Formats: sequence, structure tokens, C-alpha cells
Amino acid sequence: MKPRSAVMALYLLFIVVPVYWLVNMSLKTNTEITTTLTLWPRTLTFDNYVKIFTDQSWYSGYIHSITYVIINTVLSVAVALPAAYAFSRYRFLGDKHLFFWLLTNRMAPPAVFALPFFNLYSAIGLFDTPWAVALAHCLFNVPLAVWILEGFMSGVPREIDEAAALDGYSLPRFFVRIFLPLIASGVGVAAFFCFMFSWVELLLARTLTTVNAKPIAATMTRTVSAAGMDWGLLAAAGVLTIVPGALVIWFVRNYIAKGFALGRV
Amino acid sequence: MNKIQDQRAWLLVLPVFALVAFSAVIPLMTVVNYSVQDTFGNNQFFWNGIGWYQELLDPKSQLGERFFDALWRTLLFSAIILLIEIPLGIGVALCMPRDGIGVAFSLVIMALPLLIPWNVVGTIWQIFARTDIGLFGYALSRLGLDYNYTLGILSAWITIIIMDVWHWTSLIALLCYAGLKSIPDAYYQAARIDGASRWAVFTTIQLPKMRRVLAIAILLRFMDSFMIYTEPFVLTGGGPGNATTFLSIDLVKLALGQFDLGKAAAMSIVYTLIILALCWVFWTVATTSEAERRPT
Repeated sequence: MKPRSAVMALYLLFIVVPVYWLVNMSLKTNTEITTTLTLWPRTLTFDNYVKIFTDQSWYSGYIHSITYVIINTVLSVAVALPAAYAFSRYRFLGDKHLFFWLLTNRMAPPAVFALPFFNLYSAIGLFDTPWAVALAHCLFNVPLAVWILEGFMSGVPREIDEAAALDGYSLPRFFVRIFLPLIASGVGVAAFFCFMFSWVELLLARTLTTVNAKPIAATMTRTVSAAGMDWGLLAAAGVLTIVPGALVIWFVRNYIAKGFALGRV
Repeated sequence: MNKIQDQRAWLLVLPVFALVAFSAVIPLMTVVNYSVQDTFGNNQFFWNGIGWYQELLDPKSQLGERFFDALWRTLLFSAIILLIEIPLGIGVALCMPRDGIGVAFSLVIMALPLLIPWNVVGTIWQIFARTDIGLFGYALSRLGLDYNYTLGILSAWITIIIMDVWHWTSLIALLCYAGLKSIPDAYYQAARIDGASRWAVFTTIQLPKMRRVLAIAILLRFMDSFMIYTEPFVLTGGGPGNATTFLSIDLVKLALGQFDLGKAAAMSIVYTLIILALCWVFWTVATTSEAERRPT
């Protein structure tokens, strides 16, 4: 038993230490960062956080990111629900090909789409809006949501559909009143992964925005390239991007293993 | 499950079809369009046929050399990543606590790197690996190693590989853990009665049961490391020199940095075709192993 726990502890330590270092840096002053290497802040300061929460060009980045992530998650799950139902219940012309084609979009490199998306969203006037990023992220999140939901829906026996139809439920009413509650955890898992992949993506989000919808991740990139690095501020911004993810993990911790058990990420 | 034949199901699929067609087919057609044309600015385009493709796939041309260099670099990176992360992920999954508070605790910490925005992953390691202000870089240079990821090619590679291991091993570990959890207790009891060694339990029970999730994990990691962009972009910017310029980084440089539309588009198409071929392998493996699993 002993070596097992030791390996696990070492691995968890390996994960936590770099994150700890970021938190540590964010609570230091820049003079302390550049002059001495200290394992914990000697002069504790929250200035870096205060600056982010009071400077509009900083905190608006978080608002933009959260806006397009939520639009994307709602949109992806909403359109994926009926499609996943169709894939799990019906055979129709070209269903297998369509499913495979959807999946190829999850596998396509975002770098390929950067330039054409730039042209497309400029042409239709959505450039530099949260909608552009939300729609662009649908490219990989919709197929993912369909894939996850289809797995959960196939686990619900067909007999339930038939019994509901005999009881006089129409398809939409059956879907909302009976079927959705049955696959609630599946919807949760799908939403979790949509949130995750939209939240962590930067390439497309950065390409499609300049000022009005610039995500926090891109705001940080700008600071990195600026002359005279403000390491403390950069670290504080980084810590704040980890917080939403950590919160989401905490709420879905009991579903994580189940979501992964489907092997459909 | 027996599915009903009903063409009206298309109506249910229509929203997804329209949305994905909008965000995938239209852009892809733009790319195809660019890849066969040349431009001298002013939005004037001229037919160039397969000229860009010929240049791209000719290792002797400047563009071709650049493309193949980036391709081999990316393949090497993917190979190293898989060789380290897969065994490590399996190991970590085997070492997961069996029950109690430790399980939730470990799961939450392990999932943490997966939800950190990719550029912040780059930033974390950018800071952590610096020799002046980062713990990792400082420790290495104190040990007398010649380590500096912005100047040394080897240092840059090591840093990117450790960063990726830090970032993604958890995904493999979580997948394997889910696979291990699905093994009924009876299997282990039977093994104990037979007096099987720890190693025998691993090779005859656990590994075969993890085969499906492992196949998915390997292919997911292969594809994602093959498309890696943000983390090395933030950490090294593709440098020193071109030492860590992977395919995606090179492509974005070509497309959005130099606005070399024709070359970038041809490269995009070839890149996508490589990925599509891999995707087909993935699909075949995933569906055949699923079909084997179904009857039981």
C-alpha cells in the first residue's frame, strides 16, 4: 500500500507546485519577484488583484470570456440535444456518414480555420463580438456534445419512448417532460466539456476579436509582449483564469469519472 | 438497440447540420479556393492550379523544406509525448486511492490542469521555468545544469515536454481510472484465489479491460499533440530559432503573420488531410472495439 500512496502524492505534488508558484508570485510585489527567490511572499500584497478588478481593460476581458463561453455552451447543448436523440433512436439516410463528418470537425486543427473564420466573420459583420467566438467554438463543441449526449441517450431503453407515445405524449412534450430529466447527468457532462473546451481555447478567440470582445487570455498575451514585464500582474491574471475552472470541477467532481467512463471526450 | 428507420429524423439533425456547415464547410471552401489561386494584393486573384501544392510537397523548395521540418518536428514531439504520458497515466491510475475522501481530492486536483486556459498553462511554465524567478529553472541552474529555455534548443524541448506531461497526463489517468473502475470485484477475487502476482493481475485483467479507453486516450493525445499551438507559442514563440515551431505555429505564422494566403491554404489542406486520415483510424479502432464489447 505504501509505494502506491507515495507515487500518487508525488504526482499530485508535481501538478500542484507550478500552480502554487503562480499563486505565490501573484501575491508578491514586483521588486520581491525580481530581486529574491522566496518560497512564500515576504511582503504580502493584493495590489495585483486590486488592479485587475479596477482596471476596465482587465476585468472586461473576464466578462468577454465568460459571455462567449456561456453563449457557446447553451447553443451547443441546445442544438445537440435533438440531433443526439435522432442519432440514438432513428436510422436515416446518411446517418453514419453525418456522424463521422461531425466528428472530423472535432479533430480538425483550429489553426486551419483561423484565417477563413477571420474573413467569414468580418464579411457578415460579427467580427469582434462574443457571438463570433461562440459560433466559431461550435465547430468542435457541437460534435463533442452530440457524441457525449448520444452515449447517454443510448443508455435509456426505447420502451420508455413507446410507453410515453401510448400515453398520448407528443414528441416535444415527451422530450422535455420525461426524457430530459432521465439524461440530466448527461446534459451536465456535455455542458461541462463544452465549457471546458471553450474556456481554454485561445487561438480562434484571439483571431476573432480586437477590442470589444477580447478574451482575458488574449489580454494576458498582450501584457507578456509589452516592454518591462509586470510578472505579479500576469500571475494574478493567470490565477483568476484558473478559478472558474476549479469551481466547475468542484461542482461536477462526482460526474467526472462517469463522463470519462464513456470515453467520449 | 434496434433503431427505427425514419427519414424525418433529419429534421432533428438539421440545426446541428446547419450550424456546423456554416462554421466548417464555408471556411473550408474558402481555404480550398485560396489554395489554387495566387494574389498580388488589391483583392485580385489569379488561377494557380496545383502550384502551391507542388511547392509545398517538394522538400527541395523553400516552402517544402519548412513544411517538412515542421512536420517531422511535430511527429517527434507527438511520439515523445505518447511514450512518456501513456505509461505514466496508467501508473497514476493504478495508484489512485481506492475509496474515501482521497478519491474526490485526487480527482479534483488531477482535473485542475485540464481546465486551465492553454495560454495560462504556457504562462505558468514560462514563469516556473525561468532561471531568475522560477522555482524549476532556478533549481536546475543551481544544480549546475546549463538550462535556459529561451536560448537552448534542448532546454526548450525539455520544458515543452514537461509542460505537456503536466498538462495532459491527468486526462489519460482519468480515462484509465474510469476503465479500471468498470472491472468487477469478482475478477480480483478469482485472481487472489489463483495466487496471481501483482504483475499477472495487471497484464491479464487490468490491461485488457483498459484496452478500449487506452485506444481512445492514445489517439486523443496523438491528435491533440499533433495540433499543439498555444502552449509552445506562449512559452517559446516557436524558438529558439525554429526549434519548437510546430505545424500549427508555422501555419498561423504563414497565414496571419505574412498573409501568404495561397501557401497557407495549401498547407492547411495537406495538414487537414493528414489529420483526417488519423481520424479515420481512430474511428475504425473505436467502433470495432465497441462492437466487440457490445455482445457481452
